[in-house]
Amino acid sequence: MSSYTQISPQRIEEMRALIGQRKLRDHMFAIVGLVCMLIAVLTMIASFASLLFDGWSRLTPEFFTSFPSRRAADAGILSSWVGTTLVMLVTMLAAVPLGIGAAIYLEEYAKQGIVTDIIEVNVTNLAGVPSIIYGLLALGLFVYILGLGESVLAAGLTLALLILPVVIVSTREALRAVPSTIREAAYALGATRWQMVSDHLLPYSRGGILTGVIIGMSRAIGETAPIITIGALTFIAFLPPSPVSAEPPFINFDWLFAPFTVLPIQMFNWVSRPDPAFAVNAAAAGVVLIVMTLLMNGFAIYLRYQIRKTIKW
Amino acid sequence: MVTSEVVEQAVARGKADVRGLNFFYGEKQALKDVNLSVQDKKVTALIGPSGCGKSTLLRCFNRMHDLYPGNRYEGEIVLQPDNLNILSPKVDAIEVRMRLSMVFQKPNPFPKSIYENVAYGLRVRGINRRTILDEKVEEALRGAALWEEVKDRLGDLAFNLSGGQQQRLCIARALASDPELLLFDEPTSALDPIATASIEQLINELKARVTILIVTHNMQQAARVSDFTAYMYLGEMIEYGVTEDLFVKPRKKQTEDYITGRFG
Repeated sequence: MSSYTQISPQRIEEMRALIGQRKLRDHMFAIVGLVCMLIAVLTMIASFASLLFDGWSRLTPEFFTSFPSRRAADAGILSSWVGTTLVMLVTMLAAVPLGIGAAIYLEEYAKQGIVTDIIEVNVTNLAGVPSIIYGLLALGLFVYILGLGESVLAAGLTLALLILPVVIVSTREALRAVPSTIREAAYALGATRWQMVSDHLLPYSRGGILTGVIIGMSRAIGETAPIITIGALTFIAFLPPSPVSAEPPFINFDWLFAPFTVLPIQMFNWVSRPDPAFAVNAAAAGVVLIVMTLLMNGFAIYLRYQIRKTIKW
Repeated sequence: MVTSEVVEQAVARGKADVRGLNFFYGEKQALKDVNLSVQDKKVTALIGPSGCGKSTLLRCFNRMHDLYPGNRYEGEIVLQPDNLNILSPKVDAIEVRMRLSMVFQKPNPFPKSIYENVAYGLRVRGINRRTILDEKVEEALRGAALWEEVKDRLGDLAFNLSGGQQQRLCIARALASDPELLLFDEPTSALDPIATASIEQLINELKARVTILIVTHNMQQAARVSDFTAYMYLGEMIEYGVTEDLFVKPRKKQTEDYITGRFG
């Protein structure tokens, strides 16, 4: 009768002691990780809660429908939330096509080599350039040289420039995530490059592209410095002209050239006033800004979830 | 199975003739003076150990190498009946790919519906009439022995099919555009034995209509499905002939070593 391979009880004891030690380290790391996570999350929750607590009393419907005022109790954010919305609209309309177009060109059309490498490094670095620099560039380029003035259009284009690197980099990553077997399948059927891009790459990578766009937009919505640099107003008691009107031609673009303000500037203005009642207004405006950002991100997460359900490589 | 005598006649019926083909990945030469005549409406198998250049040769046929920089062809692959040199820089790779279809190693359906997967080759060609597409999609799916399984769920995502069904879908996609030559790049290497058997049976049925060139790492598969077999080693064509001859009485020692399992 053959016997089992022998293992001494002592060996087993040693092994168990070692497992115990290793598992202890495992638990220690879990605790460290938990603490790191809590610091990040609780800080955010605490600051949002304190904003909400401070600003709660001002979050009335009138707050959204009133212009700024010298009396804190009458002041509202009508001009600034409309301004933020319009500026964001321009930013998106400019940054999305430019960013995606540039990314597709770099990823699929440009000959890979030193030049594209240099461009790639530069684009990535541009994402880290302080936003005030973009403000100065835009002041010269959009406001003076192109004569757009201190307008919604100039602000939107400035922020578009600011988020362009983010959109380009994330779009390229999303395009790269499409497996080469899918590209080859399309080419093997006789597709041209553009057919491959428009029928396959773009539809399949839209989740990743969308994420990049939203990350960029979330950054842009809170930007203050470049907007101040190009001359946004801090006190504005009128709205840009409506883009639609009752008389022909029904649609006009005058709003693009209207002076404006945005939520972060309105907050900045209120915070710097001596009357503490204005600080309450600022907190309330902060809540609105955060909610707008969260809604945008939430929408992106929802869309991404929907897209991921159908596409898995 | 064809016999040696038939070969003599058949040589005149080459669908695609590879002549003096050298291929380079950058500086590295992957194919060395390859000559091969792919016979019309027959199955030709390319066998050989990993890295022998069999897939590289296959991918020359539809100019897949054009997609990546630094690749270079020398020599020619002449497609009949119009004597078109596939590799000529004057010939548009897209034209070549519209006449030849390819089935890849791993099933690679598009993340679209079953219907749209099959229809894509036609859509690329500007065919968007629903009646024509419906007819062609059904024909291709029947040709790939998939119609009965999917006819009630053409709108379903292709990813919901099993691996074997996905590969047959890819075959249907390749068939929909009526290719003259069908290229298979190890089509069953990612499939289980039952799915493999169904693909092999399909290849046997398809050769009545279309010329087939198949790369396989599986010698039994080459013996089962092909009429002609070419053995490649280190980028060179070592031996090419009627499958039965090559497996039963190989002319070269190297071929014999490989097919008897002493090497590879």
